[in-house]
Amino acid sequence: MKKFNVNDIRKDFPILSREVNGKPLVYLDNGATSQKPQVVIDAINSYYSHDNANIHRGVHTLSQVATTAYEEARKKIQHWINAELSEEVLFTKGTTDGVNIISNAWGRFHLQKGDEVIITEMEHHSNIVPWQMICDERQAKLKVIPVNDAGELQMKEYKKMLSAKTKMVALVHISNTLGTINPVKEIIKLAHEAGAKALVDGAQQVAHAAPNVRDLNADFYVFGLHKMFGPTGVGILYGKKELLDEIPPYQGGGDMIKTVTFEKTTYNELPHKFEAGTPNISAGIATAAAVDYIASLNWDEIHVHEQELLNYATTELKKIKGLKIIGEASEKASVVSFIVQGVHAYDLGVIVDKMGIAVRTGHHCTQPLMNRFGIQGTIRASFAFYNTKEEVDVLIAALNRAIKMLV
Amino acid sequence: MTINERQDEVIEEFEMFEDWMDKYEYLISLGKELPLIEEAKKIEENIIKGCQSRVWLAADMNDSKIQFTADSDAIITKGIISLMIRVLTDSSPKEIMKSELYFIDKVGLKEHLSPTRSNGLVSMVKQMKMYAIAYSSKV
Repeated sequence: MKKFNVNDIRKDFPILSREVNGKPLVYLDNGATSQKPQVVIDAINSYYSHDNANIHRGVHTLSQVATTAYEEARKKIQHWINAELSEEVLFTKGTTDGVNIISNAWGRFHLQKGDEVIITEMEHHSNIVPWQMICDERQAKLKVIPVNDAGELQMKEYKKMLSAKTKMVALVHISNTLGTINPVKEIIKLAHEAGAKALVDGAQQVAHAAPNVRDLNADFYVFGLHKMFGPTGVGILYGKKELLDEIPPYQGGGDMIKTVTFEKTTYNELPHKFEAGTPNISAGIATAAAVDYIASLNWDEIHVHEQELLNYATTELKKIKGLKIIGEASEKASVVSFIVQGVHAYDLGVIVDKMGIAVRTGHHCTQPLMNRFGIQGTIRASFAFYNTKEEVDVLIAALNRAIKMLV
Repeated sequence: MTINERQDEVIEEFEMFEDWMDKYEYLISLGKELPLIEEAKKIEENIIKGCQSRVWLAADMNDSKIQFTADSDAIITKGIISLMIRVLTDSSPKEIMKSELYFIDKVGLKEHLSPTRSNGLVSMVKQMKMYAIAYSSKV
């Protein structure tokens, strides 16, 4: 395994050498989406240049080549997340799509009046609204695990909430707003002991480490490829085979059927049962390139590098007068959210953008969490392995300059 | 002054700025100077919610001309609001209805009106015209 060197790694990502507003790009919005290495861009280009054909249908050579590449990508994901079977790995449009498939297909099949679904106060709207909708429909109750001032889940409260009525526990692995790494393994274990299933939103996790779905014993695990250096428009829904087998499909169409007559349609086997219609083939195929790329990196060293970035950024940010970090969990990924007293996050975001820095401002699609902290929004810097300490310095200098302008 | 004459005046002012710093410092100063909306009008029904910042907008009719007042929690948004009010306020509903706000583009602030910014400004322009339509039926 090659030794991790951030300057070498940066060369793999062509966008990192561009300028924005006349300044070198400092991309600190990896929580929203990550940049793509050349190998992923090449894979998409190559598919459309050489192998474009619809999959799972044609007998002609191109269709078979495309189908093989697509199914190879599925297997690569299977191994990367340590799933037992490749048919447990379903292609989706992204994390949100994955949650919606389960809330609809699993929820409509299993939830009864009076049942309970547990989520957390730090969920992204994508893991709140689908459950609200299905709970409304099935007359089930939605319960919420609160977070403490540091931005950690209150496990005592969670344990009190669990009962025979609990049917599903749906939670985020790493909070997109706070960076908190949740103890999902323990939470899943407790859910199982209560007889419930668990779905994990791994959208942020996949940028920092491979999720081991069998070790976690997750029933469902969802994520998108675009936050793990792959293409947009494709995601993964992992589900245990017996759980996916027992529920009916969510959408009807091509690919998901075995036979169709006007009287009766029989459904295809997994994974195709949940993959109606022509998928995002180029993105699916480029997924293989993304996984290969990620797998070639030295993740022990990356982990150290990311924690160094987090610690350095946190220390330097705290030196800014009036700045408050939102989310100081003991287990954190390289995400740091903050507010500055007397300065609106939007204004800071606009000014630092003029200096070439991309950060996210606002509520990060976690409005209930903002309400919990009594704030409208934060500024969030989210680091990937290709970010550097020098970029943290640029951010700090830009923030100081912006605050001077605004106050 | 007509709406277009006021727009041209703003464009001319912005031509003096050499770089983005000057421009934004001016916007920030406008934001700080914007006469605040009356507290009584800073109510839920006057709020235009953006993803990023909130805008309050109220309109009154005076001598068959509309007077706008507004506020925002973000200062740069406030600076742009101040420009929009300067251009549109004290005009007849009819003039506001048929106005085209070309100055935003000309002074290089178009990005603030793109839907992705979600700062409430796009909705604010729409709302200003809605007020004009509503008042025109009363004239």
